[in-house]
Amino acid sequence: MARRLVEIFTHGLKNRSFVIGGIITLLFFLIALLSYVWTPHAIENISIANKLKLPGSVYWLGTDHFGRDIFSMLIVGARNSVIVAFVAIGIGLGFGVPLGLIAAARKGWVDEFIMRFNDFTFAFPSIISAIMITAILGPGAVNSIIAIGIFNIPVFARVSRGAAQSVWKREFILAARSSGKGAFKISLEHVLPNIFSMLIVQTTIQFALGILAEAGLSYLGLGTQPPAPSWGKMLNEAQTFLYLAPQLAIYPGVAIVLTVLGLNLFGDGLRDVLDPKLRRSR
Amino acid sequence: MSVFLAKRITTLVITLMLTTVVIFVVLEILPGDPASIMLGINAEADTLAALRAELGLDRPVHIRYIRWILDLLQGNLGTSLTYDVPVSELIAERIAISLPLALMAIILSTVIAIPLGIIAASHHNRPLDFFVMGFSQLGIAIPNFWFALLLIIFFSIMLKWVPAGGFAGWDAGMWPSLMSLFLPSIALALPQSAILARVTRSSLLDVLKEDYIRTARAKGVSQRRALWGHALRNALIPVVTIMGLQFSFLLAGAIIIENVFYLPGLGRLIFQAIAQRDLIVVKNMVLILAVTVVVINFVVDLLYAVIDPRLRGGENG
Amino acid sequence: MTLLNIQNLTVTIDTVHGPINIIEQIDLSMAAGAKLGIVGESGCGKSITALAIIGLLPDKSSLSGKILLNGENLLAFTPEEMCRVRGNRVAMIFQEPMTALNPVQTIGNQIAESLILHLKLGKKDIRDRVRQLMENVGLPVRRFPLDLYPHQLSGGQRQRVMIAMAIACEPDLLIADEPTTALDVTVQEQILDLILDLVDQSGMGLIMISHDLGVIAQTTETVVVMYTGNLFETGPTVEVFKHMAHPYTDGLFSAIPRPGISLNSKRDRLYTIPGQVPEIHLRPEGCSFADRCHRALDPCRTQAPPVVDMGKNHVAWCFNPLDRN
Repeated sequence: MARRLVEIFTHGLKNRSFVIGGIITLLFFLIALLSYVWTPHAIENISIANKLKLPGSVYWLGTDHFGRDIFSMLIVGARNSVIVAFVAIGIGLGFGVPLGLIAAARKGWVDEFIMRFNDFTFAFPSIISAIMITAILGPGAVNSIIAIGIFNIPVFARVSRGAAQSVWKREFILAARSSGKGAFKISLEHVLPNIFSMLIVQTTIQFALGILAEAGLSYLGLGTQPPAPSWGKMLNEAQTFLYLAPQLAIYPGVAIVLTVLGLNLFGDGLRDVLDPKLRRSR
Repeated sequence: MSVFLAKRITTLVITLMLTTVVIFVVLEILPGDPASIMLGINAEADTLAALRAELGLDRPVHIRYIRWILDLLQGNLGTSLTYDVPVSELIAERIAISLPLALMAIILSTVIAIPLGIIAASHHNRPLDFFVMGFSQLGIAIPNFWFALLLIIFFSIMLKWVPAGGFAGWDAGMWPSLMSLFLPSIALALPQSAILARVTRSSLLDVLKEDYIRTARAKGVSQRRALWGHALRNALIPVVTIMGLQFSFLLAGAIIIENVFYLPGLGRLIFQAIAQRDLIVVKNMVLILAVTVVVINFVVDLLYAVIDPRLRGGENG
Repeated sequence: MTLLNIQNLTVTIDTVHGPINIIEQIDLSMAAGAKLGIVGESGCGKSITALAIIGLLPDKSSLSGKILLNGENLLAFTPEEMCRVRGNRVAMIFQEPMTALNPVQTIGNQIAESLILHLKLGKKDIRDRVRQLMENVGLPVRRFPLDLYPHQLSGGQRQRVMIAMAIACEPDLLIADEPTTALDVTVQEQILDLILDLVDQSGMGLIMISHDLGVIAQTTETVVVMYTGNLFETGPTVEVFKHMAHPYTDGLFSAIPRPGISLNSKRDRLYTIPGQVPEIHLRPEGCSFADRCHRALDPCRTQAPPVVDMGKNHVAWCFNPLDRN
């Protein structure tokens, strides 16, 4: 297992997307972690006297309309994005992968049923689910986690089902079945390890999408609530000052773009490294 | 063919029913007492009682559900609590903005993305290909509402070409109305075209590797003609499916974009309804949105069969 | 008169290991109406030779030498000129009929395409001609209307459509690259017979590429044996098969399982040529077969083997060919 990881790593280093994406992604996570122990300024520090300052030595990216340090808010916002996207992926994996595995293993009407359920869930993009949940529960970070998580389920279900189906067709599965192994055990011991790389790749994609979705929801005010900073909320507040201080709208957006780009590049590079057969027309 | 159609329609009906059930459960059952949510904690007891009676909340659950469905089928979407206007009127008003917006976005993204994808595929591994791929990566990573803000900064604030938001109304004239929709539709179209360009490119590249392209070349078909005459039609099949699936994302995007630009469309309606806790509007709007997505997916499925003869049945071999 | 004359053809491909010659200085010629076979294991360069003739090699390849079709050097043709040659003067049918036809086009349209491209015929003439071609390949229009799609046909039927497409413009040369390998055994016979009939009736030249010695025996008059991009032996099919000169050819024949008693003790067990075909970038010096050859001599490992004339137009490239016994 460890040897495989080293192998993947060395192969990965030759791949441009992997390296660039990996560095960006790593930076992102490190910064998010860092925010727990240190930020250049405390984000609760409201100081109207210092509002809307331009970037300088004290406030690296300047301040917002409340005098809060933008850089500090960005890195705490990173933390928020990570948590939301992460838990949402957990939901997606936790429910989606078993569903996909069951669908591939059972086939027949169970498969049909799960596929219909999938299609149906696809009709509810995170926004709509978030709207529904907010309508009853009121806004909050938990809502966005649930909403994004719900939408992750059919994605992972579909991916695991597809990958599992091609594993089931392989001959060693036939061997396992003829030796009497039940479908549950086969799924666990044989199918799951073989679809692992596809799941990892999909996870990076969904992570990036989760960050985008979280930003959208908090922009609308449906997600993370103040005073917790989130990139989306920063953009929403920046919109009021678009004429006065357009730079407020630039920083959080760039942060989002860089992070998502990094994750996507990393995912692409990872896909190339993990399974060259998956390497389609690149 | 008719078996295929029958199967699809049954699935459609089941999915629609499931959708209504879920929405009903989430928005009417789960909250407990919709009336108190709508009126707030400070509401007086008799106002609450009156509302409950009006909404028929005292009736058993399944009766309420059936009542709701029957009303829907008759075109009765209830009355908005906030505006005291039939929801169907509100929708009709707002759709006059949302629909053109969505259409403009779809047209824009198709017109940009598919040619870009074709160019990338025919210049595979050459500079143009990398350029298109780069554009695609960037387009996927940029949140559409941020892109909208950038567009506003550039086109409205710096260049002053178009208004930064709001909608004059169709009566104010065709041109000003379209101008108000211009930036929003670009913002909406961006992520879609990025994805579509990428899908078109990879689909085309895959098809170009197929055996039947080689057969065509062996007949004397030129490389250009092979791409346009043989490869493209096969390559567009998965692209059309993706376009259909993207529709729900388009809807979600429209909700955000309308809020960025203060366009009084369906997206803004839903949003305001949440703020005002107008559950009736929310419930029926969500239903409309979900139903639209399901129906569009259904249509795309059918389209798929039209384009790809293999799906029409009648296999021998 | 010579239909096809390949002179000193070398095909080089750019690989991760650098440029590699996958075909090395081969010479080949055939007369009009002749039937030539190219035989060898997978990867020996048979298909590449065919693709070189028809000009459909992958982009990263370069060629040197000459390919003369009725005296004209195809390698000097522009892409437009080659488009006029393909399907018109030289046609090719491929191995996998299941994937070789465009799934969204009717078979009628696909056959008509070469007619439309190369012959100036009216719509009605084209339709008649397509119907005639379908009859000629054994797909009567009553059972197989022209608006059928490929997925509605079996593998053998699709191969017939491919043959119809290939002969539509009455080419001078038909190249068949393993046309029956992907088909059921019973269908194989029918397709081979069909190809032979069509070739004999029209007088077009045939190049039959196969790894199956039986197919070669059945359909060719001359044969060429290839290995790792080199020619090892050529000559009239009957001659080569009866009195094979090159040890590799001998090995190929010995590897055919056959029932009954054999005179040679070596053939009592199922024989396989020891070793493996060397990888394309690891081709050894001298004769590339040397380290698998039981007749190898010292010069075989260091020098290119010489041409040895075995008489009756039969020629082998070997330091130590078998005698005529």
